[in-house]
Formats: sequence, C-alpha cells, structure tokens
Amino acid sequence: MTEAIDKGRRQLLTAATTLTGAVGVAFAAVPFLSSWKPSARAKAEGAPVEIDISKLEPGGMLKIQWRGKPVLVVRRTAEMVKSLGNHDARLRDPGSDNSKQPDYAKNAARAIKPEYLVLLGVCTHLGCLPQNRFAPGASADGVLTADWPGGFFCPCHGSKFDLSGRVFAGVPAPINLEIPPYSFADDAHIVIGVDPGKEA
Amino acid sequence: MVDPNAVTSVMRGPGRLARLGAWIDERFPMTQLWNEHVGEYYAPKNFNFWYYFGSIALFVLVLQIVTGIFLTMSYKPSAAEAFGSVEYIMRDVEWGWLIRYMHSTGASAFFIVVYLHMFRALLYGSHRKPRELLWIFGVLIYLALMAEAFFGYLLPWGNMSYWGAQVIVSLFGTFPLIGDSLIEWIRGDYFISDITLNRFFALHVVALPLVLIFLVVAHILALHEVGSNNPDGIEIKKHKGLDGHPLDGITFHPYYTVKDLWGLSVFLVLFAGVVFFAPEMGGLFLEPPNFEPANPLLTPPHIAPVWYFTPYYAILRAVPAFMNTQVWGVLALFAAVLLLFFVPWLDKSPVKSIRYRGPIYKAALMVFAANFVMLGYCGLKPAVPPYTKMSVVGTIIYFAFFLLMPWYSRRDRTKPEPTRVTK
Repeated sequence: MTEAIDKGRRQLLTAATTLTGAVGVAFAAVPFLSSWKPSARAKAEGAPVEIDISKLEPGGMLKIQWRGKPVLVVRRTAEMVKSLGNHDARLRDPGSDNSKQPDYAKNAARAIKPEYLVLLGVCTHLGCLPQNRFAPGASADGVLTADWPGGFFCPCHGSKFDLSGRVFAGVPAPINLEIPPYSFADDAHIVIGVDPGKEA
Repeated sequence: MVDPNAVTSVMRGPGRLARLGAWIDERFPMTQLWNEHVGEYYAPKNFNFWYYFGSIALFVLVLQIVTGIFLTMSYKPSAAEAFGSVEYIMRDVEWGWLIRYMHSTGASAFFIVVYLHMFRALLYGSHRKPRELLWIFGVLIYLALMAEAFFGYLLPWGNMSYWGAQVIVSLFGTFPLIGDSLIEWIRGDYFISDITLNRFFALHVVALPLVLIFLVVAHILALHEVGSNNPDGIEIKKHKGLDGHPLDGITFHPYYTVKDLWGLSVFLVLFAGVVFFAPEMGGLFLEPPNFEPANPLLTPPHIAPVWYFTPYYAILRAVPAFMNTQVWGVLALFAAVLLLFFVPWLDKSPVKSIRYRGPIYKAALMVFAANFVMLGYCGLKPAVPPYTKMSVVGTIIYFAFFLLMPWYSRRDRTKPEPTRVTK
C-alpha cells in the first residue's frame, strides 16, 4: 500500500499545533509568574500609613515604620528652614539632582510644605539609622564641630546630612537621604506612600 | 534457552544471581547502562591529580542533597522562626550541628572543587572541540550552583543573610524602567520579608536541586558521548586496538573508581578537618554578622558576600556609575560570568593542552588564576583604596584574558602534539 504523504499539509498542521501550544503555554505561565507579585496581604501590609502631626512640636520628630523602613517626620522651625541655604557649598548634591525623591520634593526645602520634612531614615551608604542631631554647633561627643548647622548623623560610618537630609561632602554616603512619596490628607495628617492628588 | 551472543549480565556469579541479572536485563537496561558508563567506559590512562575534582564534585552534590534533606526536617522557612530553628538544629537536635556544618562547609567545598575542575579544563583544553557542549553544560551547572548558594544563604535569616540578599536583589533594581517592579516581583514584597524567605526556600530546596541534577546528568552523558579529554589534550579514540577500544584507554571500573575513591578519601580528611575544627573558617564560610538574627533596621558595618562570589562582587564594584545609573557594574558582572560560555570558540590555539602550548597562554592562564584570587580578596574588603584600584586592574585583566584570547592563542609558539598519550 503506497499512500502519498502530503508533506506540505503535515508541515502546516505541525506549525499550527506548535503555535497554538506555545500560546497555551504562555497563558498557562501567567498565573505562576503573577503569583510572585506582592500578594494581597503584602499589599495590605505595605499600604499607605497616615500620621497625625497635630501634636508634633516645632523642632520635634516622629518615627514610624512603612514597608519595613523607618520614616522620619520633622517639624522644622522657621530658623531651621532659613538655615538651609547657608551651607550649599559644603554639600555633595545641594540641588538633589542625583538623589531619590518625588518631583514635588525636589526643591530647596525638599518638602511639599517647608515646615514638614519627610524622610526615609535609612543611610544611603549602607542602610544604618541616622540619628537626629538638630542642635547646631559642636557636640559633646566630639563627632560634630562648631560649624555643624544641625541635621542627621549616621553613627556607623560618620555620614552627615543637613536638616533636609542632604549629604555633606567628604562622608561615605553617596547621595541625599531618600524621600518617600507622601501627601497631606489635611493640615493635621500626612499619608506616607501616596502622591499628592492621588487616591490611597 | 540461553542466547550465546547475549552480553553477560553485570550481575555475575553462581546460578541464581546471574538468572536474576538476566531477568532484570530483559526488562531494564541495567547491564547496558553499567557498561556504557562505568564497566566499559574507556577513559585515557594518563589522568593525573587534576582529574579528581569531577567525581568529588558529584560526591559533594550528593552530600548537600542528603544533609539538606535532613536539615529541612528541623528548619522552619518563616521570618519569625528561621533563625531560631537553625539554632535549634545546632543545639537541640542530636548531631544537628554536624549535619548543618557538613552542609555549610559543603557549600564552600563545592565551589573550591568546581573552581579547580574548571581550571583543569582551561589547563588541558577540555572545553575545546568536540567537548563544547560538555563545557556549556558545565557552565550552566556553575550558574545553577551560584543561584542555589545565593538562595540558600538567606535561609539562616541572619543579619548577613538578610543584607547580602538585599544587596544582590537590589542589583536588579538598576535596570532602567523595569528595575523597581522587577525587584518587587523577586521579593514578592516591598522589602526582603517572610514572603521572600519562603520562596527562596522553595527554590533552594526543590527547584534548583532538580535543575542541578538534570544538568549533571546531561554533563555526564555528554562526557561519555565524546569521551574524556586528558592531560595531553589528544583524542585517544584515534588509535583503537583490534577489540575496538582505545589503545590508551582503560575502563573506568575498576581503574578510575579505585583512583577516585582514593582521591575522595583525601578530600574527606580535609573536609572533616574543616567541619570539626574550623567550620566558620575565620568568618569566610560563615560570616560573623550571621550569628545575629536578620534586622531590617540595622545594617552590618561591612557587607561582603561569601568568598565564592567575591571575584564577581569586586568586578561589580570596580565599574563606576555613569549616566546617572549603576547598571554598568551589574552588566559587567553578568558579562563576566556569561563570557565563560564562549571560551571554546575564543580559544583558537592549534593544540589543547598546556603541555604543548607556548609561553603566552601559559603566562596568561597563570596571571588569570592569580588575578581571580586577587579579585576575590578585593571583593571581601571594603571599597576603599587600594582595593578599589586593584579591583579595576583585576577587572580589566579578567576581561582581557577572554577577549584577547582569539588573538594571543593563535600567535602562541606551540609545540607539536604527540600521537599517543605520554605520562
């Protein structure tokens, strides 16, 4: 029995089957790959955090946790805000051009409202927690000198940042402290993790 | 009826045993498999010291699987319990400390053995035609091993586990556009968390061991298809005796099974010495910050990967950030590893073995090996002078060794290869 084999037809069917199968595999891969995305629980735990700032005194600081990282909220006094422009020459990145912050915080005070500074309390060198050393001048422990304008000091490797988290030149940290997305829900509440004008 | 032409079963002996062997052979290719891969696998008779590491690597793989299985019986892959469960294994589980130290020392031993095994290939040209695919399977094993080691290092949930993973995962964040969502996808969270630990556990314990075993089988099948190279870098299959077997070949069993067992026993003496007397290896095998639980709010003063990754870590840090991104260092890191795939085609020398190569390749290989060790040393150190400059020089030498190979391997003054193997 010699039946002619239609090779063209066979090739077409093989190609069609392969293609259909590949599309099926691609669709089947979606659930598996998507299962790696942050789960509903992770999203809920990483949800925006609202902070009540009504009881925060001028010159005071609040520390909260958001997505496993410490967020610092500082209510700066008028003098503090005014002092920010006096030491640009000593900073590595005074205009925050190489640093991480939302566009609405890329300004002289690195804030939406100059009075309130919101920062990630994570040193950009190796992720230690910088301390608040808001008092200007030399410190009792000798790590800060008389020309210290007030700011943050990292105890691990001595990185120094000013009162808007901008890094001084000559310390290990490469860029300014990061500013997370945030917005004001009203005059007394800051929401971390939500850009201004967006829903939570 | 007994077929007189049938191959004698590997199960020899008096009556009943031979009959059982024949019974199995009719249903499963037991004798055929044994003969093809062990009993009648002809390997060159001139193997030297450098040829121990393949079988030792196979042994270490088995050791890691066995000790690993027993560790999972007491380990808890959750952020709340992981660190404590490792301490529980170390203190409360009978012989738990031994099993855990065998596993942690085994990880470092695996890399030592694999690095020596790879160096052997570069010495004797074992990656050259017709063994390119064998080499590629080997490089894939090396990649899978690096992934396996990386995922495993997070599991004790010590502070170095945590921050090491943080640094390595962050590497993927440097890719433009997709970077941020890519790391979120890898972590499954907005920071290295319980979720990340759980999935790394699954990859370390199930996925990558399966991949590794598959690749090792492919590696050995490819080896047995083309036959082993040897220190003379010539093909023993070119000279066969009347029986069809290579004149310079001897059967793997009993000749090399016995030789490899001897090599293995020396290895085990050294291995046991480390397990019993220096399991931390002065902070190289188990880093000091890892004796503290993971703390997302406290970075260890100096983050260094485990020693076997440090040459590549030094390359990563040697490439400066420019155009406002650090992605170049990450690309250099990947390029440094991926270059290995192309070595069989970069090497244009007319001879394979170092014995018949000219002075240029001999010098280049020695400089490369010393440079690899130097890069590893730099990667352990903080990124300060003189290590920063040494890393840059080392990175250039690393890439030059491979990228200039087509040029210098051709120019080299080689000696004629012998037709039959020497000693």
